[in-house]
Amino acid sequence: MSEVFNKLVSKVKSQDFDEEILIRVGYGASGQAAGSIKVYDWLTNNFKSKGEIRLVGALGLSYLEPIVDIKIKGKPRVLFSNVDVEKIQKITDEYINNQNYLKEYAFAQILQDGEELLDNIPELKNFVPFKYQKRIATRNFGEINPESFDEYILTGGYKSLDKALNSLTPENVLEEVKNSGLRGRGGAAFSTGIKWSFLAGNNAPIKYVLCNCEEGDPGAFNDKGILENDPHTLLEGLIIAGYATKSSHGHIFIRQGHNIPIENARKAVKDAYDNGLLGKNILNSGFDFEVEVSLTGDSYVAGEETALMEAIEGKRSMPRFRPPFPAQAGLWGKPSNINNVKTLSYVPWIIENGANEFKKIGTEKSSGTAIICLSGHINNKGMYEIPFGITIKDLLEKVGGGSSTGKGIKLLQTGGPLGGVLGKEAFDVVMDFEEMAKAGAILGSGGIIVGDQNVDVVDLIRNLVAFNQFESCGKCFPCRLGNTHMLDILDRACNEKSIKGDLDVVKKIGENMKVGSLCGHGQLGYNPISSALKFFDQEFIDKMTTFTIRDEKSKIPKMILPTRTRP
Amino acid sequence: MNTNSKNNNLRSDIREILNSENKKSSKESSPPKTVTVLSCLLSVQDNFHYIPDEAIEEIADFMDKTINDVWGVASFYTNFRFSPPGSYSLDICWGPTCHISGAQEILRGIHKKLGIDTETETKDGKISLGYSTCLGACAQAPVYAIDHHLIGNASVENIMDTIKELK
Ligand SMILES: Cc1cc2nc3c(=O)[nH]c(=O)nc-3n(C[C@H](O)[C@H](O)[C@H](O)COP(=O)(O)O)c2cc1C
Ligand code: FES
Repeated sequence: MSEVFNKLVSKVKSQDFDEEILIRVGYGASGQAAGSIKVYDWLTNNFKSKGEIRLVGALGLSYLEPIVDIKIKGKPRVLFSNVDVEKIQKITDEYINNQNYLKEYAFAQILQDGEELLDNIPELKNFVPFKYQKRIATRNFGEINPESFDEYILTGGYKSLDKALNSLTPENVLEEVKNSGLRGRGGAAFSTGIKWSFLAGNNAPIKYVLCNCEEGDPGAFNDKGILENDPHTLLEGLIIAGYATKSSHGHIFIRQGHNIPIENARKAVKDAYDNGLLGKNILNSGFDFEVEVSLTGDSYVAGEETALMEAIEGKRSMPRFRPPFPAQAGLWGKPSNINNVKTLSYVPWIIENGANEFKKIGTEKSSGTAIICLSGHINNKGMYEIPFGITIKDLLEKVGGGSSTGKGIKLLQTGGPLGGVLGKEAFDVVMDFEEMAKAGAILGSGGIIVGDQNVDVVDLIRNLVAFNQFESCGKCFPCRLGNTHMLDILDRACNEKSIKGDLDVVKKIGENMKVGSLCGHGQLGYNPISSALKFFDQEFIDKMTTFTIRDEKSKIPKMILPTRTRP
Repeated sequence: MNTNSKNNNLRSDIREILNSENKKSSKESSPPKTVTVLSCLLSVQDNFHYIPDEAIEEIADFMDKTINDVWGVASFYTNFRFSPPGSYSLDICWGPTCHISGAQEILRGIHKKLGIDTETETKDGKISLGYSTCLGACAQAPVYAIDHHLIGNASVENIMDTIKELK
């Protein structure tokens, strides 16, 4: 440990963190939507004098939200689930005043050294589905206050940055990341080390590393999850990326309106400046690096790498032609590199534990973990960091706890609206970038939406295509017109108005979009349909080619769509 | 107040917002701040909850761009609106998880109850209805938001109850 960093850590450690009672309330998007703010408000109004009340992100167990975590000095932390105002009154009365933990409300406990296990509640590390995880990028979820620099330092934060800057060369760091097999978690799964080496090889004085937290994929909430829970892990990864690629500037790019991620990112950046971890001569290493939080308006395509650069420059987020590639001329015409939030959040762990440790997790070609967001008709909805190599079936049954509607699982929608659909035949596939792609869907950024037997595939695909149509930036016509045309045809199919040849037309349009579009939005826009045709072609054929008039009730009404579209 | 001086006040408010965009932190070591047409538009909408016509001209002037340049950006991003919103925003998610959890029925029900049939304001000016592509709380689907405050497990009834509680 370098002398400067040691001083910083000692300063943090010299403070008193030993509260008699500490109550943590989960405050992520999911916790909020489940009502955690009411519980937090009640606690601050009625309990503030008796203990410390703190907002934390979320453990990822969304289906148990709102979760309240109570630590009485000398006892294990007790976690209570589905807490509302009525329950929290009971819990505080019984547990804090009478030492009676209510086992009907408590679902897990977390034991620290020297503490005695409470009866009848499992330890969190053995709790299903929590136990299937290997938490690397999400290791601090639900643990630390995301706004506290000190708490991050106390969990060993910025140790990897110090190690990188003061005992490794940029080349060493790059080598380590390359050897770890880390691949991009933003969709394309490209080797992070190799991508960094393109930028590192460019000797320009001003170079950018950009962090992509646009996260427009419906069904995915893990990037925002990282910023809601632990923004410093991402920032540490970003600074290390800057060092390895010998860059001068970084941007964290977030969509406007996501207020908690934005505020957390800004606070983290400010605290890092105040503590000498950003700016000039970081930790006395001679390395200078500046980071700024940039906001974009609502536009899905702004998440595409060159469109993102346009947005930071304040223009319409439309993709650029390539070449030149970003590593030659990116943001403001300067060499740039772009990575997803999750990708960068693995980096501190890799530097601390070594490439080999990371490679040991997962499969041969997909090392490490996937941060999966489970939603839809499944019991254990939430966000889980699971090593690659698990089968889809195990993911659904063991982690997900099976169908929540009792109707059995029919399909998965993975990888966002440019991803695909998987049917039952594919549930034996293992989770791995290649295997999933082979099966017809991509893992993408990790959103998995589960649909039960009642889900109408054609109607679901229409929803995805409607999204793609709504979000097309309009720059190239195969995407702009292709999506519009495909949506028309799917709308007809859902309203029993298909015209002869519709299915063939869709296929033709889709294939043309694949080869003729400027960016991934159009190139991948046919994926939802092509993958659905693989598993559910009969449903399409029934709806689109038989032209039988069914009874009025089976018709699906016209879809309600946004009207504020792009001119 | 005549319209002219009202207009001048609006313009000076806008200019004040834009000037504060450019303010540098007094601290020696602090995050850089890039000012762009988009960042100006975002600040104006944060303050006014919509983009007045005057703001387009002021931003063009401030950034040394044409009005066309600024309009081009403002009309592209779907979060910008060009007329004052209702007292509260109601955003209902139509993303895929919410879709398979009944979002379309909720939208239809809410249309009926509010007496509108698209993304617009209610007659009394209380509610601005919008559709969201995903509110990021898919695990609690169907999801809606009142003034960006997320609420899960939506139904026509509980959305209407929430609206009734708003003053
Ligand atoms: C239409 C479109 C939208 C995208 N949206 C995102 C996004 O929201 N977040 C993201 O990380 N990557 C997104 N990507 C992928 C990025 O272009 C880029 O590949 C990624 O950020 C690279 O990071 P990685 O190498 O760490 O995966 C999108 C791509 C396309 C074509
Ligand atoms: S799909 Fe509705 S909140 Fe994500």
